[in-house]
Amino acid sequence: MVSAMENAVNAKSHLPVFQYFKNIYLLVVSILEGMAVTMSYLFRRPITIQYPYKMEESIDTVLPPQFRGILEVDLPYCIACLRCANTCPIDCIAIDLEKNAETKERFITRFDIDISKCMFCGLCVEGCSTGAIHHTKIFSGTSHYIENLVLEFVDTPVRPFKKPKSMEDIPFDKSGKIAKNKLKDFFSPPEFVIDHRKGEKYTRRVR
Amino acid sequence: MKELADRLFLMIFNIEPANSPYLALWYALIIFLASFILLNFAALFAGITSFVERRIAARIQSRIGPNLVGPQGIIQWLADGIKLFLKEDLVPKDADKILFRFAPYFVFTGLFGAFVALPFGYGIIAADLNIGIYYILAFTSLVVLGIIMGGWSSNSKWALFGALRSAAQIISYEIPTGLSLMIVIMLAGSLSTQSIIMAQGGWPWEWFVFHSPFTLVGFFIFFTSSLAEGNRVPFDLPEAESELVSGYNTEYSGLRFLIFPMAEWANMWVVGALVTLTYLGGWQVPGVSLEAIQSSLLLILIGIAIFCIKSLAVVFIIIQLRWTLPRVRVDQMAFVCWTYFVPISLLSLIGTMIWMLIFPWETIIGTVIRIVMFGIGAGVTIWYLLRIRYNYITDKPRFERFKEAPQWYPPWKMP
Repeated sequence: MVSAMENAVNAKSHLPVFQYFKNIYLLVVSILEGMAVTMSYLFRRPITIQYPYKMEESIDTVLPPQFRGILEVDLPYCIACLRCANTCPIDCIAIDLEKNAETKERFITRFDIDISKCMFCGLCVEGCSTGAIHHTKIFSGTSHYIENLVLEFVDTPVRPFKKPKSMEDIPFDKSGKIAKNKLKDFFSPPEFVIDHRKGEKYTRRVR
Repeated sequence: MKELADRLFLMIFNIEPANSPYLALWYALIIFLASFILLNFAALFAGITSFVERRIAARIQSRIGPNLVGPQGIIQWLADGIKLFLKEDLVPKDADKILFRFAPYFVFTGLFGAFVALPFGYGIIAADLNIGIYYILAFTSLVVLGIIMGGWSSNSKWALFGALRSAAQIISYEIPTGLSLMIVIMLAGSLSTQSIIMAQGGWPWEWFVFHSPFTLVGFFIFFTSSLAEGNRVPFDLPEAESELVSGYNTEYSGLRFLIFPMAEWANMWVVGALVTLTYLGGWQVPGVSLEAIQSSLLLILIGIAIFCIKSLAVVFIIIQLRWTLPRVRVDQMAFVCWTYFVPISLLSLIGTMIWMLIFPWETIIGTVIRIVMFGIGAGVTIWYLLRIRYNYITDKPRFERFKEAPQWYPPWKMP
């Protein structure tokens, strides 16, 4: 329609009469073509996922594997290279290392991630050589106090991990259990499970 | 309406109406009832259409639309209305307060007054005015008054821009609307809406659209310029969201704001009904003569259903056009009106006059031409349906490869 009108305003044809009727033809045909496209969409499947009301499978399987949720640290596999803390653009990762004066052993005494600051850019995850710091699929929830959003992963000081030769034997735990345990006073939205009484598609709220 | 009131009076009280002293009271009651029903019909239609339009728009854009308020979201429109009822009714500090408060009433009256002369079936009309079409055209012109009042008085540049655009648009599109209605008035020989329907027939080749090529052109011009008069997309320049904030109703809030969109959606029924009654045969039942319809209640009800289906089909096309076409520019709007619609509608008016002289309605050659015209219309419709099928089939393999689900999901299947 627009092109027909543009032609009408800036007529370049040598025969204005011919152009006049051509414009009318283009107007009618292009409107009909456009309506045929929109009409065909009425018979196509909508691509909306109705989270959390109607889910064909649980949200963890719907989310892609590269999804960037809340960060978590699998502390036993941390080599304390500080690469994640140094690469973080907004300094939301704080790591403290202490050296035992007698045994000359190093200990990780603090590994805090402030998820209220984190912008989920994923630079720390890219830098990590063992995959100790990684994204989970947790993305929803609130907390009453902003201090509770600082996740402290160190309970007792731990030794840094010695990197094995092959990376195959590192058991990655990406289920998000560690982060879930650390989230104090964290209100998740109501949980929904698939309701088998109504059919595979419908979900029911867990009370 | 008067005969119906008299007959009801005789039926209920068993007194000859002319002898009764309470006749004026009875007429007042009937008028009140009729206006009550019409007003409720218009308001309910506007509300429900707002919901249906949002669902259709969502499906066109591969979404689902409002589906949380009530089962499948069917009372979403009620929730929206109640929410706007409860909002504060603000009047800007520097606004012309009296005009600002009055403007929505003009819009309201202008659109809802048109419902008086709109028929629904044989004898089902609030007032069968002998100047029905003229009355509707004159009364809906009140809307532009309300829009200019609202835009001027709210002391905002966006509202003023919207109002000025609306004035330019509605006034220029009155001319093709009137001219293309003249074709129908000439063919029917009457301005009354019921007489125009009675002059047509039930079968498609007895409608005025397929009378001649000129009436076919007149039909499209009338439909398009009605859209422009009702400020619908692609002619929604007065309330262009991307350019003016919301156009002439920018400064309104609460119930006063509600009236503007409500009138706009009610106007869709006015456009649908007007197109149906002038060009698409109205409530005529195929294969049934006018005398048979008069005598049977069942046939009147079937006629009402036919009229509603035709009007709703036109309303659906209006909705679909809104989600298909982009908005035209101001210069394009004026250009299309003055260089295309006005001369072509004048030409088709004169052409129809000549056609009526050469090929009268009842003669064999007239009938053959009408059937040929119907064939052309049906051919365009079939081509349109094939294009829909082509668009659907072209995208099918790609969709099913990526989504791993069948693409077929018809509109009656609720997500």
